[in-house]
Amino acid sequence: MRAAVLVFPGSNCDRDIATALRVACGAHVSFVDGDEETLPEAALYVLPGGFSWGDYLRCGAMAARQKATKALKAKAEQGARILGICNGFQILIECGLLPGALVKNKNLTFICKKQNLKVENNRILNGKLKGATLSLPIAHSEGRYIADDQTLRTLAANQQIAMRYGTGGTGSTDDNPNGSVDNIAALTNRRGTILGMMPHPERALYDWHGSCDGKRFLQAFCSS
Amino acid sequence: MKAVIHIMPHSTLLDPQGRAIALALQEQGYPVADARQGKRIELHLSQPCDKATIETMCQELLVNGVIESYHIDMVD
Repeated sequence: MRAAVLVFPGSNCDRDIATALRVACGAHVSFVDGDEETLPEAALYVLPGGFSWGDYLRCGAMAARQKATKALKAKAEQGARILGICNGFQILIECGLLPGALVKNKNLTFICKKQNLKVENNRILNGKLKGATLSLPIAHSEGRYIADDQTLRTLAANQQIAMRYGTGGTGSTDDNPNGSVDNIAALTNRRGTILGMMPHPERALYDWHGSCDGKRFLQAFCSS
Repeated sequence: MKAVIHIMPHSTLLDPQGRAIALALQEQGYPVADARQGKRIELHLSQPCDKATIETMCQELLVNGVIESYHIDMVD
């Protein structure tokens, strides 16, 4: 599988996700600078975590308007598979490829911890990990997902909520670290081709990482 | 010519920064019931612009309408 990772000034998980895709999925990974106007052909495009453009204006706002991101939007319309992790999720939202917004955590702190997550919908995981509980690291200051009621109803009706924080599933409020509405931690677009997620699967590959669930997750995501 | 854009989180949106500011002031004994924090952007224009152009800038980049509202002051 070929994957392309977009890199902006301030991205800092680009090499991590490239390594993770190689280790978990045997992927051939290339890097694309945010200034590039055209993207290589790839089965997966990744917007990595970090602090693109120093989180200036709003997290992801600058990166969402770079040339490579505009090219990515054109790819998205053609049905390309896109994964946005943490800052990548914020960029996907700023691009308008996913609905809602990610704002400052309810408790105002940067949260860096291992987090239980429930797989709510596994359409984007090729039918794998149904109902699984995963332990993945989270590390963010602006990860509180919000959306208006109509958007939330649409997300639920279209099975676009991929993961929730905690282990309780729908309606549970346990272990919601950042105050996200409905415990939402990961979303897909309506077609199920784009995934945005706050947790970092690339940081959970080996036992010594504290969890191998990121590898399980990426293997499910990249399987066919 | 200058355009000044005042951006605030929607009134219905929980603003934890504003709440923290209000709490800090309350703890110092000030009569503050609530606070909300926004931002102000000043654009120094290289040529005269109409307000509609500034509106477009707001919608395309400066403001996220999902979470923020704004108003523009044109200053000569």
